[in-house]
Amino acid sequence: MPYLFYDVSRLRHRGIPKMTETILCTGNRAVCYGAIDAGCRHFFGYPITPQNDIPEYMSDELPKLGGIYKQTESEVSSINMVYGAVAAGVRAMTSTSSPGFSLMQEGISGIAAAELPAVLVDVQRGGPGLGTTQTAQMDYFQATKGGGHGGYHQIVLGPHSVQETYELVQMAFHLADVYRIMVIVLMDAILGQMVEQLKREPLDLGPVPEKDWALCGKSAKGGRRDVFSTMLLSPGQYIPYLGKMQDKYEKIEREEIRWAGLFHDDADVLLVSYGSTARITLEAVARARKESRKWGLFRPISLWPFPQEALRKAAEVCKAMVVVEDSMGQMIEDVRLAVKDQVPIHFVGTLKRHLEGPGGMIFPDQVYEEVCRWL
Amino acid sequence: MAVREEVQEKLVGFQPKLVINQPSHYCPGCQYGLLTRLLAEVIEELDIEGDIIGVSAVGCSIFTHAYLDIDFIDALHGRAPEVASGVKAAHFGKKTVFTLQGDGDLAAIGMGDLINAIARGELLTTIFLNNANYGTTGGQMAPTTIIGQKSTTTPRGRDPEVEGYPIHVAELITSLQRLVYSARCAMNTVKNVRQTKKAITKALRIQMEGLGYSFVEVLSACPSGWKLSPLDSLKWIEEKMMSEYPLGVFKDETGDAVES
Repeated sequence: MPYLFYDVSRLRHRGIPKMTETILCTGNRAVCYGAIDAGCRHFFGYPITPQNDIPEYMSDELPKLGGIYKQTESEVSSINMVYGAVAAGVRAMTSTSSPGFSLMQEGISGIAAAELPAVLVDVQRGGPGLGTTQTAQMDYFQATKGGGHGGYHQIVLGPHSVQETYELVQMAFHLADVYRIMVIVLMDAILGQMVEQLKREPLDLGPVPEKDWALCGKSAKGGRRDVFSTMLLSPGQYIPYLGKMQDKYEKIEREEIRWAGLFHDDADVLLVSYGSTARITLEAVARARKESRKWGLFRPISLWPFPQEALRKAAEVCKAMVVVEDSMGQMIEDVRLAVKDQVPIHFVGTLKRHLEGPGGMIFPDQVYEEVCRWL
Repeated sequence: MAVREEVQEKLVGFQPKLVINQPSHYCPGCQYGLLTRLLAEVIEELDIEGDIIGVSAVGCSIFTHAYLDIDFIDALHGRAPEVASGVKAAHFGKKTVFTLQGDGDLAAIGMGDLINAIARGELLTTIFLNNANYGTTGGQMAPTTIIGQKSTTTPRGRDPEVEGYPIHVAELITSLQRLVYSARCAMNTVKNVRQTKKAITKALRIQMEGLGYSFVEVLSACPSGWKLSPLDSLKWIEEKMMSEYPLGVFKDETGDAVES
């Protein structure tokens, strides 16, 4: 499938690419390439299916590049090592899957509170509980609403192809540094395991602020010291701190909205979908167009901040919306918030998979027929 | 450490320059302040204040950064060894990184973190303040609470049939290969305070020499948690804690590399 809806030139700054090669690889491998090409040399990993090939590759590759891979004793440990490493000023990351993502939430809240730039890849699997080891999109709430305590936000990016995974991982490191915030790349097992063509051309995303706050000992900072504390007990500081955080979140909500559309300008029926499910939905839309049905696809790329305004405008054009996601209905809440009751909204989710076991998938024909039935 | 000449009285104390002069939030008789001061003295004497990063833990150690003028990061509950591992890795091992953790933090929620950090071969130093209870939260039972000791969650005294036995961390971790130094000290007498300072010095030097993980457990008074006066607390350490937690060096594989 051609790389349809993400305008790469929008991302890329002027500059000569360091290397370009076109290869076949999985989404999980693209995560590794993206991280390495973004200059990440510290990875803290713990085994959990279906993301094991990320830590496996990083353990092999990073030492060759002068980097450090550490296998931790738990996801709790992974996220806290990331916390320490990014506080010391390097680009560092971890990857995990849903149960591990749950375990990381306290650490994520800590990183948010300390305003540190970190990157986390969640290759989602079915839940709740230990759930399945196979694909799902059931961590949307947890990722986009701040799964830990305290009402923080983090940028959440949802790629839909191997190429976009590679690029958004680089973008994640960039945005993390620009805003001093946690960026989550929200994938799923299909995206992690599927093989596609990847043009490995590192993005030049422009300058990021200097990390003059990094913990490196006072001698490197002319005797000045830095402290990262997330205990917010100092008198007179808590409310100003919350206000400052809110300003930052609002700036991100203004400036970091990302989405893509196909046939969305004149669609009667707009299907809203992200990640690998957007690929499935795209085929349903293509079939509809072939049969002269005016369907379109709206694909949020930044899941937080959610492209509310763009979706609201799209709702002024279309007559109905369908949310397709491999969950029992999570992103649909953001769609409803954006669209309100402008148009009727239908949902196609996990219950429409082709098998009753954990290995089932929502197929394009299922989406097509389900929407036709509803209309 | 020069005696200030303008002071005519006999100098009985001095303030290490790394100690930040501000009112302490510690309770009267608490020994966290003393431990912080010892750290300041040791860091100054080793001349590493510009290249050391401290990691404090949830509990009364969390505000150590308010009194000790070096780079600092607070870890979440139990996670100090992991955060320290991250900081150390970010500097490719080139900086000195230590954790300062209490017994609630280290011996309960963070026991796995410590053991795995040692097992992973980290080059870190952990200073473990054992005051046999959760002090910050008001004196609940910790894994280190001794048999018979009353706490707010063992109101009839710790009963081994119900609450089990105390953990001896300094001894427990000695089976881990990368741990090269494990000692238990106290701060109830001048002699013991000096011993504690020597142990901390040695522990940090072990890290600077790249020999392995070093660990110092320090028995420490918590008058508020124990519901004792500061002086009685020191007596309690001598009479009760030391029989449960004998002082000493439980592992020292440094050979001649680092003098004691």
